[in-house]
Amino acid sequence: MNLKALLLGAGSLLALGVAAQAETLTIATVNNGDMIRMQKLTDDFTAKNPGIELEWVTMEENVLRQKVTQDIATRGGQYDVMTIGTYEVPIWAKQNWLLPLEFDEGYDVDDLLPPIRDGLTADGKLYAAPFYGESSMIMYRKDLFEEAGIEMPDAPSWDLVADAARKITDKDKEIYGICLRGKAGWGENMAFLTATGNSFGARWFDEEWQPQFDQPEWKETLQFYVDLMNDAGPPGASSNGFNENLALFQSGKCGMWIDATVAASFVTNPDESRVADKVGFALAPDNGLGKRGNWLWAWTLAVPAGTQKAEAATKFIEWATSKDYLELVASKEGWANVPPGTRTSLYENPEYAKIPFAKMTLDSINSADPKNPTVKPVPYVGVQFVAIPEFQGLGTAVGQQFSAALAGQISVDQALQNAQQLAVREMTKAGYIK
Amino acid sequence: MAREASTSRKLTYTVIGWSIGLLIFFPVIWTFLTSFKTEGEAIANPPSFLFFNWTLENYHEVQDRSDYLKHVINSVVISFGSTGLGLLIAVPAAWAMAFSPGKHTKDILMWMLSTKMLPPVGVLVPIYLIFRDYNLLDTQLGLVIVMTLINLPIIVWMLYTYFREIPGEILEAARMDGASLGKEIVYVLAPMAVPGIASTVLLNLILAWNEAFWTLNLTAAKAAPLTAFIASYSSPEGLFWAKLSAASTLAIAPILIIGWFSQKQLVRGLTFGAVK
Repeated sequence: MNLKALLLGAGSLLALGVAAQAETLTIATVNNGDMIRMQKLTDDFTAKNPGIELEWVTMEENVLRQKVTQDIATRGGQYDVMTIGTYEVPIWAKQNWLLPLEFDEGYDVDDLLPPIRDGLTADGKLYAAPFYGESSMIMYRKDLFEEAGIEMPDAPSWDLVADAARKITDKDKEIYGICLRGKAGWGENMAFLTATGNSFGARWFDEEWQPQFDQPEWKETLQFYVDLMNDAGPPGASSNGFNENLALFQSGKCGMWIDATVAASFVTNPDESRVADKVGFALAPDNGLGKRGNWLWAWTLAVPAGTQKAEAATKFIEWATSKDYLELVASKEGWANVPPGTRTSLYENPEYAKIPFAKMTLDSINSADPKNPTVKPVPYVGVQFVAIPEFQGLGTAVGQQFSAALAGQISVDQALQNAQQLAVREMTKAGYIK
Repeated sequence: MAREASTSRKLTYTVIGWSIGLLIFFPVIWTFLTSFKTEGEAIANPPSFLFFNWTLENYHEVQDRSDYLKHVINSVVISFGSTGLGLLIAVPAAWAMAFSPGKHTKDILMWMLSTKMLPPVGVLVPIYLIFRDYNLLDTQLGLVIVMTLINLPIIVWMLYTYFREIPGEILEAARMDGASLGKEIVYVLAPMAVPGIASTVLLNLILAWNEAFWTLNLTAAKAAPLTAFIASYSSPEGLFWAKLSAASTLAIAPILIIGWFSQKQLVRGLTFGAVK
C-alpha cells in the first residue's frame, strides 16, 4: 500500500515535472553575421518568454539548404524554425510545407518593405518573416576614381562602369578596375549574371517557358561581361565568389565591386578593411532599358508544417523580426549592425540614416521587382533566380558554362549554345515545354 | 665503405620519410597556425607562416558561440559506441569465418564489402524516413546504429585477416586441453589477436570520429558531433577561415592525442602478418 502510494506520488510528480518543463525550439540558421548576433541576443527572448528554450543549429548556406529541404520534404520535424531564402519561400508555400504566419497587431506587417514582403506572400498569406534583406550595388574606391578624374554618379550606366574599370586598371600594381563573381553556381555567378541580364533585357524564359539563351540579349550580356573581366578583372576570376572578391577589395586590389549590399558593412569596417575610409556606393548599373542589374534577396524565418511547437515558433519569429529587435541590436551593437533591409521604419529613423550605406541599400531594394524582374514579361518570380524547384540544378549547370567562358575554355557562343541545350532538356524533362 | 654507403642511404631514406610525413601533415599544421591568426591575416596573400600577431580570439569566439563539450561527448559516444557494438558483432563473425570457413564464406565477405560500394546518398532518404518513424533522428542511439552498420564490413574484414594469421592448431590444442569456446576466445585467441583488434578499434574510432555525411544529415541540435561543430563555422558570406581552423583544431585534438599515444599499436597492427 505504502509502496503503491509512493509510486503514485512519484508518478504524478514526474508528470508535473514534464508539464512544467520548458518547451525547446530547434532553430536552423545560416552562419552569417546577423544570425550569429541574433544567437547572442536570445537572452532577451527567453527572459520575455519563460518556458521557451532555444537550441541552435548553425550551418553553412548550402549544407543548411540541403538539410532543411530534406527534413521538410519528409516532414521529419527536426526543426521548429527554419532560416530560408526568398527562393524557397514561394516554392515551399505552394507545397504546403510552411505554416502561414499570423502576428499581433503591434508587429505591424505593413511596415515590411513591399518588394520583400511581396516575395514572401502567397494567396494573401505571409509564409515567412524577413530577418534581413539585401540587394546588390556598386562599391567603389573614391581615391582611385579621383586619381583617374572620373566622377561616379549615384545611378551609373554599364558603359560608364566599363570605361571607368578599364581606366583604373593597372595590372603592374595589381589594381583591377572591377571585381565580379565568376565561380559557378546558381547563387554565385548566376545571381550576378541573371540580375545583369535583366538590365540588358535578357530573360531566362519567355511566357511559354521557352529558354532564351539563343536570343541576342544574352549574347550581349555575356560578351560584355567576359570582355570587361578580361580587360579589367583580376586573374583567376572564374573561381571568385563573394568571399574571394571581398578579400580582394579589402586588400585594395579592386576599383569597383558589384555585390551584396551586406558587404558594405565589411568593406567599411576598419578592423578588417585596408580601404575602409575610401569606399563610395552607387546603384547597380543600367543600360537605359529601365531595369537595373541589382538583385533582391532576404533571409527569412519560417515555421515548417511538421513542427509540434508552432505557437512558440511563431512567437520567436515575431520577436526576431520585430521593431523592438532592431532597437535591441542598436542599443547593444550600434546602428551599423542592425539587420538591414526589412522595415520601412528603420529607414525613417534619423539615427540609421547616418549610416553611409543605408540610403543606397534601401534604394537598391526598392528598385528591384521580383514579379517583373526584366524588360520583357516572364512567367516566373525572382530577380536573380527563377523560383521553380528545377532552378538550383539548372542554374548551376548554366553557371558552369558561363564560368568556363570567363576562363576562356569555351567561347561565348559555345557557352550560350550549351546553356540553351541544357535548359531545353531540363525544362522538357520537367514538363514545362513539350 | 659499406658502412658509409648505408649511412648515406639511411640519410636519404630519413629525408624522404620526413618530407612525405611533413607533406601529409602540412594541412594539419596549416590549420593549426591559421587558428591563431586574425580573419584578415588568414586570407592574406602572400600568407605569413609564423610571423603574425598570434591571437586566441578565434578560440574565444568558438567557445563563446558553441557548446564544444556537448559536441565532444556526442562524438565520443558515437565513435566508441559504434566501435564497441561493431566488435561485439564482428569478433564472433570473423572467428567463424576464419576458423570454420564454409562454402560461401568468401562470397559472404565479398557481399559485405559490396555494401560499401553504394554511394551513401543513395540510401539517405529511406534511412531518413526510417529514422523519423522510429524517432531516431538527432539521437546518439540512431547514429551509433548507422555508424556500426557502415563500419561493420571493415571491422569484419580486418579481424578476419588477423584471425587467419593465427594457426588453427593452437586453438585445437586449447580445445584438447578442455577449454570451452568462451575460454578459447578469451584466453587463447584474444591475447594473440590483441594487436589486430587494437588497430581495428583505432581505425574504426577514427573513421567514426571523422564521418561527416551521416552525422551531418541525421542530426540537428541534440546529437550533433564535432563534424557538425566544424560545419557550423563555414560561411559563403563573410570571412571565416580563422574561426573554422580554430574549430577544426579543437575537433581533431582528441583523436590526434589518442592516435599519438597508440601509434605503436596502430603501426604494429596494420603491418601484422605482413611478413610471414
